[in-house]
Amino acid sequence: MSSDANIPDRNSIDLAAAKTKLAQGGEKRFWQSLEELSETKEYREFLEHEFPHDTAKNPEGIDRRDVLKLAAASAALAGLSACTKLPTEKIVPYVKPPEEIIPGKPLFYATSMQLAGVAAGLLVESNMGRPTKIEGNPEHPGSLGGTDVFAQASVLTMYDPDRSQTVIHEGRISDWNAFAAAMGNARVRQAAKGAGLRILTETVTSPSLAAQIRAVLAQFPEAKWHQYEQCGRDNVRAGAKLAFGKPVNPVYKFDKADVIVSLDADFLTAGAGHVRYAREFSARRSMESPSSNPNRLYVVESMPTSTGAMADHRKPLSPSGISGFAHTLAASVGVAVPNGTGEFPVEWTHAVAKDLQQHRGSSLVIAGEEQPAFVHALAHAMNAALGNVGKTVYYTDPLEVNPVDGIESLRDLVNDMKAGKVDALLILGGNPVYDAPADFDFGPALLNVKLRVHSGLYYDETGELCHWHVPATHYLESWGDARAYDGTIGIIQPLIAPLYSGCHSTYEIIALLGTEPGKSNHDIVRDYWSGQRPEKDRAFEALWERSLHDGLIAGTALPAISVSVRSDVAKVEAPGKFEENPGQEISLRPDPAIFDGRFANNGWLQELPKPNTRLTWDNAAMISAATAQSLGLASGDYVKLKLFDRETKAGVMIVPGHADNTVTLHLGYGRRRAGKVGTGPGFNANFIRQSAAPWSAFGLRIEKTGEKYYFAVTQHQYIIDRQGHGSEEESDNAFKRDLIQVATLEEFRANPNFAREGNEPTPGLSLYPAFKYEGYSWGMSIDLNKCVGCNACVVACQSENNIAVVGKDQVIAGRAMHWIRIDTYFRGGLENPEMYYEPMPCMHCENAPCEVVCPVGATTHSPEGLNEMTYNRCVGTRYCSNNCPYKVRRFNFFLFSDWHTPSLYGVRNPNVTVRSRGVMEKCTYCVQRINGAKIRSEEENRSVRDGEIVTACQGACPADAIVFGNINDPNSRVAKLKAQSRNYSLLAELNTRPRTTYLARVRNPNPEIHE
Amino acid sequence: MSQIFHHSTNVLSRLSIYGGVFIVALLGAALYGIELSPWYTDVNVAREQPVPFSHKHHAGELGIDCRYCHTSVEKSAFAGVPPTQTCMTCHSQIWTNAAMLAPVHASYRDDKSIAWTRVNALPEFVYFDHSIHISKGIGCTTCHGQVAEMPLTWRAQTLYMSWCLDCHRQPEKYVRRKSEVFNPNYHAPADQMELGATLVKEYKIKSLQNCSVCHR
Repeated sequence: MSSDANIPDRNSIDLAAAKTKLAQGGEKRFWQSLEELSETKEYREFLEHEFPHDTAKNPEGIDRRDVLKLAAASAALAGLSACTKLPTEKIVPYVKPPEEIIPGKPLFYATSMQLAGVAAGLLVESNMGRPTKIEGNPEHPGSLGGTDVFAQASVLTMYDPDRSQTVIHEGRISDWNAFAAAMGNARVRQAAKGAGLRILTETVTSPSLAAQIRAVLAQFPEAKWHQYEQCGRDNVRAGAKLAFGKPVNPVYKFDKADVIVSLDADFLTAGAGHVRYAREFSARRSMESPSSNPNRLYVVESMPTSTGAMADHRKPLSPSGISGFAHTLAASVGVAVPNGTGEFPVEWTHAVAKDLQQHRGSSLVIAGEEQPAFVHALAHAMNAALGNVGKTVYYTDPLEVNPVDGIESLRDLVNDMKAGKVDALLILGGNPVYDAPADFDFGPALLNVKLRVHSGLYYDETGELCHWHVPATHYLESWGDARAYDGTIGIIQPLIAPLYSGCHSTYEIIALLGTEPGKSNHDIVRDYWSGQRPEKDRAFEALWERSLHDGLIAGTALPAISVSVRSDVAKVEAPGKFEENPGQEISLRPDPAIFDGRFANNGWLQELPKPNTRLTWDNAAMISAATAQSLGLASGDYVKLKLFDRETKAGVMIVPGHADNTVTLHLGYGRRRAGKVGTGPGFNANFIRQSAAPWSAFGLRIEKTGEKYYFAVTQHQYIIDRQGHGSEEESDNAFKRDLIQVATLEEFRANPNFAREGNEPTPGLSLYPAFKYEGYSWGMSIDLNKCVGCNACVVACQSENNIAVVGKDQVIAGRAMHWIRIDTYFRGGLENPEMYYEPMPCMHCENAPCEVVCPVGATTHSPEGLNEMTYNRCVGTRYCSNNCPYKVRRFNFFLFSDWHTPSLYGVRNPNVTVRSRGVMEKCTYCVQRINGAKIRSEEENRSVRDGEIVTACQGACPADAIVFGNINDPNSRVAKLKAQSRNYSLLAELNTRPRTTYLARVRNPNPEIHE
Repeated sequence: MSQIFHHSTNVLSRLSIYGGVFIVALLGAALYGIELSPWYTDVNVAREQPVPFSHKHHAGELGIDCRYCHTSVEKSAFAGVPPTQTCMTCHSQIWTNAAMLAPVHASYRDDKSIAWTRVNALPEFVYFDHSIHISKGIGCTTCHGQVAEMPLTWRAQTLYMSWCLDCHRQPEKYVRRKSEVFNPNYHAPADQMELGATLVKEYKIKSLQNCSVCHR
């Protein structure tokens, strides 16, 4: 903190001023940040200067002579930079070329990635054997072509230079053979019944891995298998057990739901099946015409999430308030439970209940994974009472092969370890020393074990305490299988051999204990399935090939089972409020960017502005404005958080729309051994996370330390001035037209053209001759009604276009390099504002302000309407960026791209230049993909087909919000979308004629709720 | 008042003024010369290779089609340098003991690639695609020169952007019938401009000159 504490307090937020401003602006005003409302010094700097932290500027001013000297020197030296002789290169062809590889043509392979055991189907692009880009698998039910940030960024983890590379024995480099020998000895010692043998894994949905573990357990009948997953689905299973008596897996059908109530469930960006759910949900929001019938979403949650931002009605409630709300809602829709207690709006709850009852069979209640079991049970009971089962939700057997409660399973293990009953412990994946509940004191207990083995991607907090550490293979390097949200088996197939010879998969480690040591993971997985399937020999061969090609074994989705809600569900009771123990409530959640900390060393995810808060490189103690005022806290205060007998420290961040008297702290930060990127940032929430209350608890006490913490938040950067600050047109209302256009369904039906009114460009008003676009004319449409703000596009763009990571300091200076950003707007008071997302790539203006100011012709206009950026011409004047009203250009102030780490060469897209210092860059509409498709079509003597070019952001979007295509073709999807009445362009009055246009947001509020 | 400078200094000052101009001009000319010189462009400089492969022998005298070795030239951005296996289709049978071919045999035996020296190279910010040029009737020899007459291979053109643009501005100057694309002995006919104009129409050749065609 010491280094951060020195930063001057330029960002102090005046909440009173913010509130006054909101009161003056009325309800209709959109705002982006508290910094904006209280007009902090830093906000003004970002508003008024394109490059506010430009250290090159001399505050004393620069004199004429210096200018001339610099100009002369630049002119003289500019030419010289071209005078380098091309170095002699080598071409190294194959000796025997592998089948199918054509140099320069990428190949795509289907595979699956697990997150907390749930698989998402992927297609991975391989360039000459290097996996470079992740896409969704359209045929996989868990993906339907979409992906999420974790999948997009996972390819960087594979190339992470900090991954552990060799087997380590007691801190020294060892090798696999020595480890295998040690395991052989351990096996002999366990020969009796294996009473001292324990295996600890993460959630296992893989049938083949489970079979392998069970075979070992059969061999050692007294050995035990434990599973612990910090951000797993313990509560979902426990809730199902409460409601149905067994731990079933709920599968939702959001496309069939007209009214949805989310009890703190961020189902659009987190949890099992979220990619699929985002697609289904947004499909119900494509407002083609005023007669379209969108769904309606109610959300109660503590921390504003993406799902909360999509809500038509949202209430920020503390965790106890959510329980109370769930009880009352359940009672009102006919579940025999008592009304709830706690702080929640009762009237509002009844209105929601009424809406649900009016949509029996087409409504849906879903509880979040962090909600306690009884809230899940109530949600199940409500769905049953509303006749939704079989329509909008169905149940299957659990995805997990051995569904156990992770915390209880780990508790058993810890008790055994403390009692000295464990001789050998194999920790296969996971990092329990970091993420086990604090009261388990897992680390000290672990030291009682005589033989400790850890397998993981990193030599992390757990690896450090183990005798043996075996580097794990990444999912792109190994074989496997895993179930998707609906049970479909996805085959995990490697794209590349393990980068480091020390890496071994979990299968291979367990095989050392079994009867077939040395068996490869491919053979284990394949043999398992050939034993399971009725198809034999050639029929199985065909099935296997088909499954590898498709990425899944067809027809393996788990069938719906019939369950009935237990009659004693009424006994489900919320824990009473601790009246005697006031203080704040704590709410812990997986981080939207680095999840439970497993992605902590992934720079793409660390630098990703998180939904709503737009915080990067940190987590924070997030509180509401009212709570901040009542506790006398300000954003940036560095505080102690005390829960029961444990404490941690964190920086405070005021979040509009956060629940009062509640502190949200995301997990995954404060890592001690994560790697160069992940060690350090943020605060360790696990210090206060305890097994009795893993997700939320009363009794949190906050103590100021007097220190300050500086966050890297992008929310008030790249802001576009809509208030006419200091402009001559201050009185001109046209210039105050909002960048985000929103109407209610009622308003939209009354006036379908609301988004465009007063927002039309003046035709023909330009000093330059108009471009003619014969042939193709590329354009993009972004549907704000569908965008869930999940950030998948941001990471996909970063991956596709070799965009550099800049680090926290540079983010603070406004130099993050993302080509597409998700602008977030708020409307309404600080307590519960409406939230809106607006993805901002380059607009590719037809009258582009950037083009005319470039002195060297580095940014030019293409005959197809692309606004081109030619790096090798760019001399870095930054005039273009100064002149861009949308602030979408990014400048390489330093050599941000890593040109020196060999393992990172592999992750680069070979079709995009890796930029150097001193050049401008920006969204190109993925011109490499456009050129590829055009070449393909020309060679086949046809036109580019609609949908043939998919930009990286479009391909990644789980919500299908981004559509790209040829706007000269009236039948193209993009042209049809642009013809909709909701279509509008940003800053149309500037007559820039952007090619990227937006479809306005239409809210569907309940007319019976007046807020 | 007497003059400070002697009359003769006029000559000196004139010389230095003219000289300044000429020296700068000379320097510019020299730099330009260097930039166009084979030393800098590698044009017409035969590159040393681990195996002295002769296009003259294989493509010229034996008449092996370009695509026998450069297999992906019609499909991909890269024409492709042949894997050792391609060499061995013939050389497992003929010249099996030739010392000259020892590195080829060693490569195949040890499963170790031969590291050829690159002859035609572009900067990393340039993205050239072979397949589209082939399919639009631009012959191999147009850029790579009379490869069938090269005992060792050298670069035939500067590959400068101005050179690229020469054709991109007037494709009719260089385009040939698709049937002639791989002809190593092709020479432009006398009526190239008329033929070119017809072919440009027939092959729907566009004069693409915007930056993102090659730079991205």
